[in-house]
Amino acid sequence: MRRILAAGKTVSGAGKRRVQRAVSEFLEFEDVSKRYGEVKAVDHVSLSVRQGEFFSLLGPSGCGKTTLLRILAGFEQPDTGRVLLGGEDVTDLPPYERKVNTIFQSYALFPHLSVWDNIAFGLKVAKRPKREIKEEVARMLTLIQMEDQAWKKPDQISGGQKQRVAIARALVNKPRVLLLDEPLAALDLKLRQRMLIELDLIHDEVGITFLYVTHDQGEAMSLSDRIAVMKLGKIEQLGTPAEIYEAPRSSFVAAFIGDTNFFDGTVAEPLEKNSVLDGLLSVAVDKDYSRLKIEDFPDLECFNDKQIKEGEHVFLSIRPEKLSISRERPEAAPHLNMIEGLVEDVIYLGSQTKYWVRTGDYRISVIRQHSRYLLDEKPIRWREKVWISWHADDGFMLEKYSAQDENLIQLPPEEVGETTEGNQILARAAGGGAAPAESPGR
Amino acid sequence: MKAEARVKLSEWLVTLPSFVWLLVLFLVPTVLVFAITFKPATPYGGIGEGWTLDTLRTLGNPNYPAIVWRTVWLSIAATALCILLATPMGYYMARVSPSRRRLVLLLVILPFWTSFLVRIFAWKVLLHPEGMLKHALVSLGLISPETSLLYNAYAVLLVMVYTELPFAILPIYAASEKFDFRLIEAAKDLGASSFRAFRSVFLPGIRVGLLTAFLMVFIPSLGSYVIPDIVGGPTSEMIGNKIAQRTFVDRNLPHAAGLSALLTVAVLVPMVAITALRRKENPRSALIEEGV
Repeated sequence: MRRILAAGKTVSGAGKRRVQRAVSEFLEFEDVSKRYGEVKAVDHVSLSVRQGEFFSLLGPSGCGKTTLLRILAGFEQPDTGRVLLGGEDVTDLPPYERKVNTIFQSYALFPHLSVWDNIAFGLKVAKRPKREIKEEVARMLTLIQMEDQAWKKPDQISGGQKQRVAIARALVNKPRVLLLDEPLAALDLKLRQRMLIELDLIHDEVGITFLYVTHDQGEAMSLSDRIAVMKLGKIEQLGTPAEIYEAPRSSFVAAFIGDTNFFDGTVAEPLEKNSVLDGLLSVAVDKDYSRLKIEDFPDLECFNDKQIKEGEHVFLSIRPEKLSISRERPEAAPHLNMIEGLVEDVIYLGSQTKYWVRTGDYRISVIRQHSRYLLDEKPIRWREKVWISWHADDGFMLEKYSAQDENLIQLPPEEVGETTEGNQILARAAGGGAAPAESPGR
Repeated sequence: MKAEARVKLSEWLVTLPSFVWLLVLFLVPTVLVFAITFKPATPYGGIGEGWTLDTLRTLGNPNYPAIVWRTVWLSIAATALCILLATPMGYYMARVSPSRRRLVLLLVILPFWTSFLVRIFAWKVLLHPEGMLKHALVSLGLISPETSLLYNAYAVLLVMVYTELPFAILPIYAASEKFDFRLIEAAKDLGASSFRAFRSVFLPGIRVGLLTAFLMVFIPSLGSYVIPDIVGGPTSEMIGNKIAQRTFVDRNLPHAAGLSALLTVAVLVPMVAITALRRKENPRSALIEEGV
């Protein structure tokens, strides 16, 4: 499995770098919109996916990701725009004439057919010769390692096996794009982690384009070549997992992908050469760094790659693992921010420890990796006074997010039971977790 | 052990009333009917002493095979038509919005609010030689004035389908409502046309409903008596009519009992067959019924 490496200093560059449009734009959404009554499920989305790519649509429920997938599968007609697959306009084709196959969240295996017949379904419909069907199904059974379960019915196999049959049933048709609609949501954590690895292996093996819809940032990060983070029918940010994590373009993305600390501040004058910071001369300072005024706080310094003007109200976002925590005041250095606080909570997690530090109105989350842990060291404890410090490059100034965004982020993602993209927000606000999935507009 | 025994006893006590009910009102009369078949008839309509095979011999009467055949084909045709009409109906009812569904369900049940006999007489009025339907069809040139809409086997079939249709719609609708329509989407995704998805996924999915509908329509149809009596003629008699005739007109009870026994056996055949079929795959169909 690919690991997401914390790419320490890619921060500033990645924010500016635009993803190059590849020559082989394989799957394209052009200005696609879809409304359900008042709700804009998909709002003028344009998106291109490359051949062979593992591409994820990631977002909270109600963001339109499933609708986008259903538009590609042919189950929904977009109100505007078109969908191109390998250069061919497929917008008006019925589902059964599209060379795409879907893995449904509920698997949707045919209960009256055996595993073998489920996998053979697509080939039989396509009236392929009997011998070829036999060979192809056998090949798929080997791929999913279920040769000995071929004659079992779906209700006689486990959840993970159903998942694998669903994958085989789709792949046997050799689709140009494999669509995966929250395929792991119904599995428990252990199984989910195993299936993640299997999906990745299968993708490497078959080499076809995967379009993966999920609300789980962990799944998206670990599998994807690129991710489109969606919010309220729009693409909020598109990029590689590292780009999205290390250089979120908005505070919504920063909060949705991983944990972060937000500080509410106002951009002050940029640092000038020879400005004095904490009694030291800071050198080589230019307009790239700004001072940030935060209520009840010392001024903070932050990289200002977006040339945000003075006086603007922003959120400063800093990931917990970018913060250092120490009892002693760290030595002052250029572009080093430091604040003093009181430890409110300590959670020891084995490979790392999580601290919650109180400073004024803020509760700051800090993660310390135990790259070196001596048994006789005196760990920082509850109610100790500590210093938190970070480099100005590790902070991000982002526009503030609205209260609506906050709701999207804070609702527990586990409760999603969707496909009714248009009604999701309502359903979840009413506390109705997994509502029976029924297609909208029927 | 003691607790187990107590459970057994209480189970018996709870089921006892229904056992008594079935024994007294079902098993005993059925055995009596079979027994009377082998009794002689008295000239005054009573049952004589001793045992005889007279009745069985009269069942060989060349009239009967024709009537039995007619009874069977009319019942099969009525059942087939009912299921053919009820399946798309059940599909539709499972797919429409809940408010529309309630309305349609009400319309399906509505005929039950009127007496069965009244509804059949209404058909008699409709199909009458001087009735509106006949006039309309004649003036449209679809039938000749000599054609009779009433008193033939087709009239019997029409009214049978009309009467039994709700009994086919309800079980098929119940099964369709539990059907996971995402499976249809999955089938289309795999390249199946709408019709193919309906045939290969929907129909097997509502199998239980189809079997129930078959029993609910076929068995009462075999025993039809009022419908052929009212809208049928002498050429469209069914076994039910013969039983009534033997009982009330000929006053030959052993003869009536013989025909009834024949009908009972005829009904048992599909019942046993379908029950066996269902039991064979019980674990799975039970799970399907629970929506797994």
